Amino acid sequence: MSDPGELNVNRREVMVGAGACAALAAAPPSVRAQPAPVVTPVMTQVSFNVNGQVRTLELDTRTTLLDALREHLHLTGTKKGCDHGQCGACTVIVDGRRINSCLTLAVMHQGGAVTSIEGLGTPDNLHPMQAAFVKHDGYQCGYCTPGQICSGVAVLDEIKAGIPSHVTADLTAPVQLSESEIRERMSGNICRCGAYSNIVEAMTEVAERQG
Amino acid sequence: MRFDTPATTNPIDQLKVVGQPTDRIDGRYKTTGTAAYAYERHDVVPEQAYGFVLGSAIAKGRIAAMHVEDAKTAPGVLAIVTTLDMPRLERGMMNAAYLFGGPIIQHYHQAIAVVVAETFEQARAAAYLIRVDYQSEAGKFDLAAEAPNATLIGDDSGEGSSGPPEVRVGDFEGAFAAAAVKLDESYTTPDESHAMMEPHATIAAWDGDRLTLWTSNQMIAWGKRSIAKILGIPAQNVRLDSPYIGGGFGAKLFIRADAVLAALAAKAAHRPVKLALTRPLIANNTTHRPATIQRIRIGANRDGTITAIAHESTSGNLAEGKPETAVSQTRLLYAGANRLMAMRLTPLDLPEGNAMRAPGEAPGMMALEVAMDEMAEKLGLDPVEFRILNDTQVDPEKLDRRFSHRDLVGCLRLGAERFGWDKRSPRPAQVRDGRWLIGAGVAAGFRNNLLTKSGARVRLDRQGVVTVETDMTDIGTGSYTIIAQTAAEMMGVTLDKVVVRLGDSAFPASAGSGGQWGANNATAGVYAACVKLREAVAQQLGFNAADAEFSNGDVRSGNRSVPLSQAASAGELVAEDLIEYGDLAKTHQQSTFAAHFVEVGVDAATGEVRVRRMLAVCAAGRILNPKSARSQVIGAMTMGVGAALMEELAVDKRRGFFVNHDLAGYEVPVHADIPHQEVVFLDEVDPMSSPMKAKGVAELGICGVGAAVANAVYNATGIRIRDYPLTLDKLIDRLPEAV
Repeated sequence: MSDPGELNVNRREVMVGAGACAALAAAPPSVRAQPAPVVTPVMTQVSFNVNGQVRTLELDTRTTLLDALREHLHLTGTKKGCDHGQCGACTVIVDGRRINSCLTLAVMHQGGAVTSIEGLGTPDNLHPMQAAFVKHDGYQCGYCTPGQICSGVAVLDEIKAGIPSHVTADLTAPVQLSESEIRERMSGNICRCGAYSNIVEAMTEVAERQG
Repeated sequence: MRFDTPATTNPIDQLKVVGQPTDRIDGRYKTTGTAAYAYERHDVVPEQAYGFVLGSAIAKGRIAAMHVEDAKTAPGVLAIVTTLDMPRLERGMMNAAYLFGGPIIQHYHQAIAVVVAETFEQARAAAYLIRVDYQSEAGKFDLAAEAPNATLIGDDSGEGSSGPPEVRVGDFEGAFAAAAVKLDESYTTPDESHAMMEPHATIAAWDGDRLTLWTSNQMIAWGKRSIAKILGIPAQNVRLDSPYIGGGFGAKLFIRADAVLAALAAKAAHRPVKLALTRPLIANNTTHRPATIQRIRIGANRDGTITAIAHESTSGNLAEGKPETAVSQTRLLYAGANRLMAMRLTPLDLPEGNAMRAPGEAPGMMALEVAMDEMAEKLGLDPVEFRILNDTQVDPEKLDRRFSHRDLVGCLRLGAERFGWDKRSPRPAQVRDGRWLIGAGVAAGFRNNLLTKSGARVRLDRQGVVTVETDMTDIGTGSYTIIAQTAAEMMGVTLDKVVVRLGDSAFPASAGSGGQWGANNATAGVYAACVKLREAVAQQLGFNAADAEFSNGDVRSGNRSVPLSQAASAGELVAEDLIEYGDLAKTHQQSTFAAHFVEVGVDAATGEVRVRRMLAVCAAGRILNPKSARSQVIGAMTMGVGAALMEELAVDKRRGFFVNHDLAGYEVPVHADIPHQEVVFLDEVDPMSSPMKAKGVAELGICGVGAAVANAVYNATGIRIRDYPLTLDKLIDRLPEAV
């Protein structure tokens, strides 16, 4: 594996590029007093490990981790449902924790380890969670599905690790796996097709097999 | 194949493959992220540039000027197309709003420009450098304020829900006045958003004067004709391809701004262009389910027999838009000699109202089935028994026209038994579980079954693999799988010997996905094509097609058995056909039926409503795949819970737009909102519907759910809410006194 190396851009440059973009997005054009300055993209190199492989990209610093995966690495299994951290379709596992990849810039993950849906299993070699989703029909249109599955895998790990949730009754006792724990923890992943009942069954089966 | 007499025994009745709860054949692609949706087709054409769409910041008026100089010189920008660059384009088929062109603004977030750049980040940054000088005009945005001006209007939703401006049978006013027991109440339903997970997205590429759109669209043949009309090009120069669609629920029935702007942008940039509508654009740029104000009057004898029933609905839309057909089901659901139905429409300057899952019936049943609950209480009858008492086996407007098959009573009886309905307290606010007030509610479900022609092509190769090609779409409905099951059953092979290719306008035109007509019609089209392929196979192998049996990968007649693949040994066999219908849908009313049962808990202090149990019993003809059909129903039940408890596009009545236009502001059910859901399908077939003897279920599942939730909330609290959604602010100051 190659050394991911250090960011070759200073923090101030990143903030100027990304901050200007955020300010523009927040202000409707009609109320802006002055024409905004034209921002020259700040490019930088970033390396991180994606599904076991080190990938090095030359990126506009405004690029989200989600777009780095989808548009630059062509790993389109991770979905863009809202680009706002509201739907969970872009969920990936970074350094062992699930995150919304649309809410994080790619350059923030220098040296990090990303697991996307493609890293869990393949059509001919499904991860147990993927197989359980197929068996229990835990999806319909399939667009939220990779995010649900990445979240599902991470949720079972969170429960095992004893991380409490809003519905955990006793914060001093080990967290128990239950349908209400699964539902609470999965609530950041919207499924408009409404496969929730089946997703809970799929996750429960995987959890019980894991013991 | 023309289907004009009821189906008799055919190869589908073997049910070796059809009717089995098979896992979806596309499941391993969807669960591994290898199913490619519209925006993800990196491989279909090189040099794709990025488009970013800008929406209007006013709801009504015109654009005086657009200043694009800064945007044009921004880094990476390849082209900008603004609405001032061209006259208003033709409207697409079945669109109320114009999608692009010209200075006039019809609604908020109407598309006014697209910026094309080398990267997404560059296109987005440049789009916000465009300055727009608007001339805003006052508009009409308040349905309640405009409702008194609404005029009578008839409509056919095109999705099985229809009516003339007014239907009169007998003497409603006289019978209602004379009725021993009466109900006269008004109900409102809010504007709702489809909020499918995949935003509208398209990649467009021109090759000379030929246009290809890799897009996300439910109705490929409509879309092809529609984009040709909008752009003023011949339809034969257009290809659409939508193999995977990340949900639609009606939002993707029609061509929308993403497809139009991708095509215009690709032309201007001389490059293929990909773009998606941003999530905040979707509620106001595209379509929504219009809000309704409904009045229902029911008159009955003391024994519970309905003698008079009236349902009137008012909705608003853009000037050239249509009404929400919310009275449609009331024409057919219950008996009653004296009837009045009316629809009214008033112009509004909000975004376009159009079809969303079960247009008409979904909001109509939310009102009707609460009215039935209220009426049962007035009569002192159990609400299940009151519905059974007023069941009809004939069209109440034409008493000699029977339903093809109707078992609403069976749904209600079985549902009551499975749910434990007898344990419900008929008096409200009697059951307590800790801090929760517990209640149960019931509602009927009803949705028409539509017959529409549908074509397919089937191929048999020398390996014995059967390939089906049709422009049918799978929007999560399970089309891939039930089409494969149909072909496997017809050709006598296992599922792994079938390949299904969907969503390409180069394939024969199908029914498409809408109005819960997809499953029955699309598989019937595949059936028709397979009948032709069986004939070709029989001829090739020297069999008489009429008595050849296709099973276990062989073709058999008498003592002779030959492998199916041998028929293609000299070359691939190809057959194409379509299903077309006679007048069985006119001579008989074809509908689907359900009974929905819901248990809720209402927090005695805060009024928070939690759904605890849900059951749907459905009577919808042959169920082609019980696993995927059940998913359609639980998904619809989930959307019904959303409609009952949380979904509402909030209208800014001064500025004229839906304020909560993203997935944080527009709340839809999440995991924590939905309990385990039970679905039962009655074991039935409907030989009037097609050779498949199947009907639709995907929209049946939502019809009535909202009312069942509202009735359960009433049973829990004694509070009758007639304005959806049932948010806690409508409950909290009326909750029963804490004991």
